[in-house]
Amino acid sequence: MHPLTRQLNPQFNTHGELIHLLSIEDLSRDILHAILDRAEPFTAVAEREVKKVPLLRGKSVFNLFFENSTRTRTTFEIAAKRLSADVINLNINTSSAAKGESLLDTVDNLAAMQADMFVVRHASSGAPYLIAQHLAAIGSKHIHVVNAGDGRHSHPTQGLLDMYTIRHYKRDFTQLTVAVVGDVLHSRVARSQLHALAILGVPEIRLVGPKTLLPSYAAQMIENAPLRICHDIGEGLRGADVVMTLRLQNERMNGALLPSTQEYFKSYGLTPEKLALAKPDAIVMHPGPMNRGVEIDSTVADGRQAVILPQVTFGIAVRMAVMSMLAGTSGGSAQ
Amino acid sequence: MKIEIRNGRVIDPASGRDQATSVFIDGQEIVGVGGTAPADFQAEGTIDATGCIVCPGLIDLSARLREPGFEYKATLESEMAAAAAGGVTRLVCPPDTDPPLDEPGLVEMLKYRARQPGFAHVHPMGALTAGLAGQRLTEMAELAEAGCIAFGQASVSVVDTQVLMRAMQYAATFNFPVWLQAQDAHLKKGGVAHDGAVAARLGLAGIPVVAETVALATLLQLARETGVRLHVRRLSSAAGLELIRAARATGLEVTCDITINHLHLCDQDIGFFNAHARLDPPLRSMADRDALAAGLADGSIDALCSDHTPVDDDAKQMPFAEAEVGATGLELLLPLTLAWATASGLPLVQALARITSDPARILGLASTGCGSLAVGAPADLCVFDPEARFTVSRERLKSQGKNTSFLGRELAGEVRYTVIDGHLAYAADRLL
Repeated sequence: MHPLTRQLNPQFNTHGELIHLLSIEDLSRDILHAILDRAEPFTAVAEREVKKVPLLRGKSVFNLFFENSTRTRTTFEIAAKRLSADVINLNINTSSAAKGESLLDTVDNLAAMQADMFVVRHASSGAPYLIAQHLAAIGSKHIHVVNAGDGRHSHPTQGLLDMYTIRHYKRDFTQLTVAVVGDVLHSRVARSQLHALAILGVPEIRLVGPKTLLPSYAAQMIENAPLRICHDIGEGLRGADVVMTLRLQNERMNGALLPSTQEYFKSYGLTPEKLALAKPDAIVMHPGPMNRGVEIDSTVADGRQAVILPQVTFGIAVRMAVMSMLAGTSGGSAQ
Repeated sequence: MKIEIRNGRVIDPASGRDQATSVFIDGQEIVGVGGTAPADFQAEGTIDATGCIVCPGLIDLSARLREPGFEYKATLESEMAAAAAGGVTRLVCPPDTDPPLDEPGLVEMLKYRARQPGFAHVHPMGALTAGLAGQRLTEMAELAEAGCIAFGQASVSVVDTQVLMRAMQYAATFNFPVWLQAQDAHLKKGGVAHDGAVAARLGLAGIPVVAETVALATLLQLARETGVRLHVRRLSSAAGLELIRAARATGLEVTCDITINHLHLCDQDIGFFNAHARLDPPLRSMADRDALAAGLADGSIDALCSDHTPVDDDAKQMPFAEAEVGATGLELLLPLTLAWATASGLPLVQALARITSDPARILGLASTGCGSLAVGAPADLCVFDPEARFTVSRERLKSQGKNTSFLGRELAGEVRYTVIDGHLAYAADRLL
């Protein structure tokens, strides 16, 4: 039969340089470490009297949020401002889209306003790819796209900040057992984490949850990744170095996926007793916002093993690293 | 007009003929196939088919013309030009127009509009239920009189199985064929791609294979119970194909088709959220695709259709899940049949049967000579150069729909002439 058409990944230019950050998939281990390395000095910027560096001075960063989010938008805004960029926030679901303007019409208009970077959040998987491909097609090749979360697909800066956090506390990825616990099926965060962990050489990645919250073919979803499916949380946590809990969204809590939050907490909620099965120095992560008493017990969330607030702090540095790195590349010869 | 098509390789799957010879046409009929012209035959026109294959005009069991209701996506004129350029001389249009084809007047209007020289023969498929809503039966006898060749639901499932059974019983009363797609409305709910590793990775909501097999098991049981002539449209999975084979093994007479997309593509062709690969049913795994290709070759699958669905750019340039389903296909049916024949090492006479004599049999028109080059058959023919290669491009496609995963792909098999009812409907070259 025909060979499959191998489409060009729109996040790279023809020289293989990263011009957009759409997904962690297809990034090399070197580039992941390069982003994390670049983030290191930015953590110090936040501790200075003047929390600004001039790397993006004169650049316009548009936060295009087609889906509501206060936290992610704010961290991107802080990151861009610390890089001295001008930041424009657009909540599209309350403006153009409601008036019937198409996604690409909105993009055309903003491109005409001489934007330099789009930070995009969209409820539909793949929307930032459409935008990146469209920008290439209309010749606006200088505009960089950062995916701030698309549907269930990807949330690459979250995945990167999680890796920054793990590297900060654990140093060597190649010796770790990592458990990702909860609603993997609907989680763009989980997908980004899994790609990143696999690329960075983590030898055992466990997906822990009930069958209704794990994708079919979960074990095969990432080629050559050491994914192991655990429906029993005890099996999933035993001997783990890193426990990454996922947020359970309200609309999944009571219905055909789960009977109740109480039963979910009983089976999969991270309690001190369950956490005791992991290594004594295991760290506990959560992308926020947390549902205390649903996916995580307050004792754990506020306990000595939790690194949930450092994740937020690192997130700003990682986003500064991504934005400054992209701004330094040229999309000129993109496909 | 009397036309001689000479110097070609004549392939007639219905008779098994594969031979260098001539075809003679008089008016709307084929009057001779062989080395010498029938007595008193004086050709008024000649088609030189040197280097070409002469075969019956293609019969496409599923092609949307978008009329009435979606004229901004395509018109009868644009899609008939596409059919002729693709060598398609007869097609079935599903009832998912706006309004759906559930009233005799709509069917008569469509038949009337399509009855023009050079236009392919159009067989409307009538809606099985009013408005395709799955609740009330349509006036099938009236619709059949108006020209409907079968009854179906396009992409919409009849959720209420009691209504489905009664619709089948009623159709069986008059021996009307029922053409349905096997898809459980609940199991496909919210899904946009095959529920497999690709959808899991891309974060696309999945449509599991059981959405097809559960519905197919129901259809097969109901067909057995009601005795209706069932044709299963657009099969997508290896497991579905096994159910068809098993049902046949127990004596059930059921036919089925697949689309050119499901023959050649799989979920991996979604690539980076390419909306051209947003199809109904979804593109399934590579193993499913290969099983379908083998099933088409061994005859378990009766026919190959284009499932032609022109979609405007605005409706496709959307995030994958929001993009409208469907792909243009009338002009790709022949080259993609040839590509499959080459890849599976199938003789052309067998491969071409799936787009000529087999669909004619499913339509119940084989006895009239449709889909064949028999003497007395309608003068519907396709003359194509099997070696000529071309690249699929927006500019080249005559269909108003430019939406296909095959854009940019190089294919072999260029139509040179299409004859419909003895009229030259399409000519890539000048007549001699």
